[in-house]
Amino acid sequence: MTAVPRLPTTEQAPGWDRPADLEKDPALIPDPATTPVPAELRKTIEDAMALYPDSRSAAIPALHAAQEVHGWCSPEAIDQVACVMRLTPAYLASVATFYDMLENTPVGRHSVYVCTNISCSLCGADELFAAIRDAAADDGEFNVRAFECLGACDIAPMASVDGVYVGPLSLTDIPQLLDDVRAGRPVLPEKQLATRPTADPGADA
Amino acid sequence: MRILFDRIDEEGLNTLPVYERRDGYSSLRKALAMPPEAVLSELESSGLRGRGGAGFQMGKKVSFLPKGSMDKYLVCNADESEPGTFKDRELMQKNPHGLIEGIVIASYAAGANRSFIYIRGEYVLQADVLDAALAEARDAGYLGEDILGSGHSLSLVLHRGAGAYICGEETGLLDSLEGKRGNPRLKPPFPANQGLYQGPTLINNVETLATVPAIIAMGGADYAKLGVETSTGTKLVSVSGHVQRPGNYEIELGIPSREIIYDLAGGPPQGRTVKCWFPGGSSSPVLTAEDLDVPYDFDSMAKAGSMLGSGAIIVVDDSTPILDVAMKVAKFYRHESCGKCTPCREGTNWTVKMLERIDHGEATPMDLDIMASVQDHIIGNCLCVLGDAMAMPIGSMIAKFRDEFEAHNEAARLRPAGTLVAS
Repeated sequence: MTAVPRLPTTEQAPGWDRPADLEKDPALIPDPATTPVPAELRKTIEDAMALYPDSRSAAIPALHAAQEVHGWCSPEAIDQVACVMRLTPAYLASVATFYDMLENTPVGRHSVYVCTNISCSLCGADELFAAIRDAAADDGEFNVRAFECLGACDIAPMASVDGVYVGPLSLTDIPQLLDDVRAGRPVLPEKQLATRPTADPGADA
Repeated sequence: MRILFDRIDEEGLNTLPVYERRDGYSSLRKALAMPPEAVLSELESSGLRGRGGAGFQMGKKVSFLPKGSMDKYLVCNADESEPGTFKDRELMQKNPHGLIEGIVIASYAAGANRSFIYIRGEYVLQADVLDAALAEARDAGYLGEDILGSGHSLSLVLHRGAGAYICGEETGLLDSLEGKRGNPRLKPPFPANQGLYQGPTLINNVETLATVPAIIAMGGADYAKLGVETSTGTKLVSVSGHVQRPGNYEIELGIPSREIIYDLAGGPPQGRTVKCWFPGGSSSPVLTAEDLDVPYDFDSMAKAGSMLGSGAIIVVDDSTPILDVAMKVAKFYRHESCGKCTPCREGTNWTVKMLERIDHGEATPMDLDIMASVQDHIIGNCLCVLGDAMAMPIGSMIAKFRDEFEAHNEAARLRPAGTLVAS
């Protein structure tokens, strides 16, 4: 099989240049007898399926749960979800490739999403992202990504570190940010969004 | 006047005891004692317009749901992803029970027995707060079977998304909630007739639903006295970008925009001036310093050539090249386009490419006209308004800052080969 030459563009979906192997049969719904699923993962998925009138609605929560177990939506993770949900792996792969928070390649354990959308970039988020990416470049534990608006423009420029919003960040915060994550401490406690009072002066009346 | 932000920072407001001490769930008791039609007419007379972006009257939306005993659904859109918007985040984090109460009242008026909150996956803290509040509300009988002995039942499921702007679009959200890729659907049929699982569905934004308890407490007619005639009530405004005090502010609709940007948010940093501002998130056409005195309400913004959108003001000062702003906006929509409709998928991509040509000084004098016509050909030609959401601001930037785009291209063209634009 030869890859189709394409003009380079600045942004591409992962796997766009990998041709599909058409000689393989499409994968069917995995056989439970030959697809071991960790008991805890199975329970999480089944509990999620029970919440909805149509169990398929649990696809995103199930993929999330599998990603937490496997680190990313690997073929094995997708097979396990497909086995429990009785869906084809192709269907779940189509869902997994649509959403930004579901990873389609192996990534570091700790996610650092740096918002680089308009409000944050007006406050210097592009430099911040480049600096964090460079500072964590040698550490495979980190998954540093430039993310679209995370909904925290009041603390711009900001980042979501393993789901915890911190900001406003300056370049000098980066070493402590990475150290806190490595040591398993709360990240930059004084800069966490959770403790921030509202800006509206009329709200505390 | 603070309705949603009334003592929002009070310690423990996210827990049931504090919320109840502040008369929480008393609006629910009041509503459940009324017939559903009376609750609906309060919502209609309040004139409350949807706070998510479209500004459609909430009461009208509820009344569009067919009557009868079929399965009806209520979906709360908490996928707040519009760049610049962060009001729902603060509401859910600090006053989750206010939202839950609003959902139960609205479901009673609409006759819905199943409801969902679709919260964006990035909001981890807010989802955890809501989860805890939902457990409290279930234990106290505010959710579940036969709520407070009224005969009305409601299940409420918190559904976490996984990061996709398009899932804030109502039909994209429904597909995502059904476990699919978040592709928008053709309308009609509208969700009120055929939405989630093909059933009649009411979809409202967090802020809209969180306002419902106050409307029931005050009475719709009294709520309508706030604000201006066609934009009633108060609105949370998220101010960000080049301002000294970014944050959420609750304002009465119809006050001059200048008051929000300068008096509340402190205006741009010392020595700088407002170059342009987005009045309603990055999807709204930009306005300039000349428009600062436009009253901040739905119709005045439309008259000024923009829109109120989600109520997110992004201020850009004179230190930033307009091309950088346009590029950020265009790249965002290119990344978030689901790819279903050609004008949006290709239009966003080509707009980015043309902006890159201007940035590199490779654009021809015709390119700006071509780019403007690309925007015109996106608007109204797709299933949803994601493409329009790029076309409107980019089109307005070309119209208002054409000279600057041309100068940028010219300066880049004259630079020696191999040097990059300093931005």
